[in-house]
Amino acid sequence: MNRVEGRVKVTGLATYAAEYPVEGVAYAYPVQSLIAKGRVARVDAAAALDLPGVLAVLSVADPPELAEDADAELALFQRREVAYRGQIIAAVVAETYDQARAAADAVRVEYEPADHDVSLRADHPGLYRPEVVNPNFPSDTEQGDLEAGLAQAAAVVDVTYTTPVLHNNAMEPHAALAVWDAEGTLLVYDSTQGATTDRDMIAKTLGLPRGRVRVVARHVGGGFGSKGTTRPHAVLAALAARVTDRPVKVALTRQQMYDVTGYRTPTIQRLRLGADGEGRLTALEHVAYEQSSTLKEFAEQTAVPARVMYATPALRTAHRLVRLDVATPSWMRAPGECPGMYALESAMDELACATGIDPVELRLRNEPETEPGSGLPFSSRDLAGCLREGARRFGWERRDPEPGVRRDGEWLIGTGVAASTYPSKRSPCQAVACVRDGGFLVQVAAADIGTGARTALTRIAAETLGVAPDRVHVELGDSDLPAAPVAGGSMGTASWGSAVVRACEELKKDGREGRADTAEEVGQDSELARHAFGAQFAEVRVSAVTGEIRVSRLLGVFAAGRIVDARLARSQFIGGMTMGLGMALMEETLTDEEFGGFLRRDLAQYHIPACADVPDVEAVWLEEEDERLNPMGSKGIGEIGIVGTAAAIGNAVHHATGHRVRELPITPAKIVMARF
Amino acid sequence: MDIRLTVNGRPHTLDVDPRMSLLDLLRERLGLIGSKKGCDHGQCGACTVLVEGRRANSCLALAVAMDGLSVTTVEGLADGEHLHPLQAAFIEHDAFQCGYCTPGQLCSAAGMLGEPGPSAVTENLLDDPELTPHEIRERMSGNLCRCGAYVNIVSAISEVAR
Ligand code: FES
Ligand code: FES
Repeated sequence: MNRVEGRVKVTGLATYAAEYPVEGVAYAYPVQSLIAKGRVARVDAAAALDLPGVLAVLSVADPPELAEDADAELALFQRREVAYRGQIIAAVVAETYDQARAAADAVRVEYEPADHDVSLRADHPGLYRPEVVNPNFPSDTEQGDLEAGLAQAAAVVDVTYTTPVLHNNAMEPHAALAVWDAEGTLLVYDSTQGATTDRDMIAKTLGLPRGRVRVVARHVGGGFGSKGTTRPHAVLAALAARVTDRPVKVALTRQQMYDVTGYRTPTIQRLRLGADGEGRLTALEHVAYEQSSTLKEFAEQTAVPARVMYATPALRTAHRLVRLDVATPSWMRAPGECPGMYALESAMDELACATGIDPVELRLRNEPETEPGSGLPFSSRDLAGCLREGARRFGWERRDPEPGVRRDGEWLIGTGVAASTYPSKRSPCQAVACVRDGGFLVQVAAADIGTGARTALTRIAAETLGVAPDRVHVELGDSDLPAAPVAGGSMGTASWGSAVVRACEELKKDGREGRADTAEEVGQDSELARHAFGAQFAEVRVSAVTGEIRVSRLLGVFAAGRIVDARLARSQFIGGMTMGLGMALMEETLTDEEFGGFLRRDLAQYHIPACADVPDVEAVWLEEEDERLNPMGSKGIGEIGIVGTAAAIGNAVHHATGHRVRELPITPAKIVMARF
Repeated sequence: MDIRLTVNGRPHTLDVDPRMSLLDLLRERLGLIGSKKGCDHGQCGACTVLVEGRRANSCLALAVAMDGLSVTTVEGLADGEHLHPLQAAFIEHDAFQCGYCTPGQLCSAAGMLGEPGPSAVTENLLDDPELTPHEIRERMSGNLCRCGAYVNIVSAISEVAR
């Protein structure tokens, strides 16, 4: 089955947020703070207002009305205090985009700057223990006697890994088009991962009842978490439209996205692993140091996967956070698992080297009976199967463990492995299914951000109804449809699909219509450790001359429940792995210590993988029967592909060169400089 | 300023702001939203169109500079209901996810297939090489895809190049 919306996407007819044809549209362009901390003393809009086409200037000089309890990142123009460089402090509305942009440049802002602090350090005096980490895990856990475990270990690895600021960089820049009608109801075409949650947040921010706001997002050009929460551009569009009494479009530039649409926190991670002579863990400690803004707390759950992975008599995990003069970090594909598993799986490779045990075998020897952090049984877990199948396909048994000894001309060659994991949960959702025009109409406010949700739900509905998929039409991406959770946490298909199955079952009984709300069903889900697992294998070629690193092979083997649609699943896996390749070798946003904010705010400086960087990535899976998950028996697959990829590549680089780079990304300079 | 240009075979006479890019002209004035804005700086390829049959980043082209020229966008690739072979192959190979880079990938591939001569990865510079996956990857590297559909994009283009 091809993607349902394939034809509109290849013919250019798929309409994204900024593209809806609306009569009389005006354009708003933000003005951003040039200081990282302090106050906006004065905003002089006179020159901007004199420019042709300018309709209005919004700023802290004349705060528009917003709800008092608005989210601090969304409360535009309410406070003169500046929390980070790049924060939106004013905006110009004009007849055309070019006029708005030119006038934004003409707005004069005077600041009272204060000293800023934008540097994350593991010894920062401001570090504290957050109550919980995203979304709701305890910050710290401790089981067994860690120091004793380390003391009795035959081999100990005590290492620190760091990951930089990373930006989601969805291909479609965040955009919104806001239209108020005569009755004061607001329609927002927004680039969002969840029409329902976005609607609720916009309504809350503007102090409107939910019924007075509608969000439409039929096609979304990627999100990877950055469109999972409401962003200020949507609030700006609504405010600008209210002030000018015109429909208003806000399309953030690529550069502005770096400042106001979230990012992955940088991390400093210390790992202490101890193992006995057989490679069995005697202790595992994972401590993550991370940042958040002064506006609000976002604590990434970086050390949480260590509670899932390996059997050990002593386990300690902890998160420490410092509030800096930076924008608030947020979700980026596999928050927690992605950076956490990078460090843990790299450290496991170091332990394999320290004990002289093959890294696949080392992981197999540390398979737990139950989830280490909770003691709960796994609903299903086939990491071992993934490791074995991957090793077989990759030709792992022929591998010589000795690092730095394989050479093809100037190229050093190495291979590496790492494990992946990601939770498989679901959230309550509503859906409606009915007979329409001789076929079946299924409605749910789900989002298709490129995952293939429309197609997967069509298939799920068709299977439940026992009809051909082409008789089913799925409508999504509109908050007027039955309420649905966000496309995030790899929970989309599981949550929406559960509701679609139940609605279709009801339809079969009723003959005309079926409605479902899975709140009760989901609330009764038994307590189990629910996770998908995987194993990633990489082969790299590293130039001994330039330090250039080419990934020549990448294989992922996943155990993710029942795969709803093989083609979509493969695309999700290889897409995640491709992003993981970027994380390993090139992606990095630099923090501007001098002035605050970020450097490298575009795609010429923040490198994401290009076509020539990506080999023939291979993703396969082992089918799992797991009926306790949801009616489809599926596990989420949107995020696990990126988990472990960077570690597999880093471990391969070590195997190729004998050099261990512990700071991502692994750039040529870090390889070459190691030789001097 | 007044310009005349042809877009997907249709002539237009327009009064444009000299600051306006071809991309904004297409999207905001002509309602041709198929060409996408991913960066507005020539860094992503989402805005790729064919100008006089050659691929170009429309965000880097000023609308006024298009006077007298003919432009093809993704909306002009299909022959009525009949998809361009690249469009059909992209669907068959699942060569996109979110679809936002797709119009640029398609226009770029359509232009690339007609470009003779060697690339940076061609062994013999006097060759007019076969479009192997290696050549395609190199030649399509001006079009970024954050969803990571490259593997499928290369297989879709390979099928059409054969
Ligand atoms: S929008 Fe033109 S290259 Fe990115
Ligand atoms: S399909 Fe989403 S960026 Fe290429």
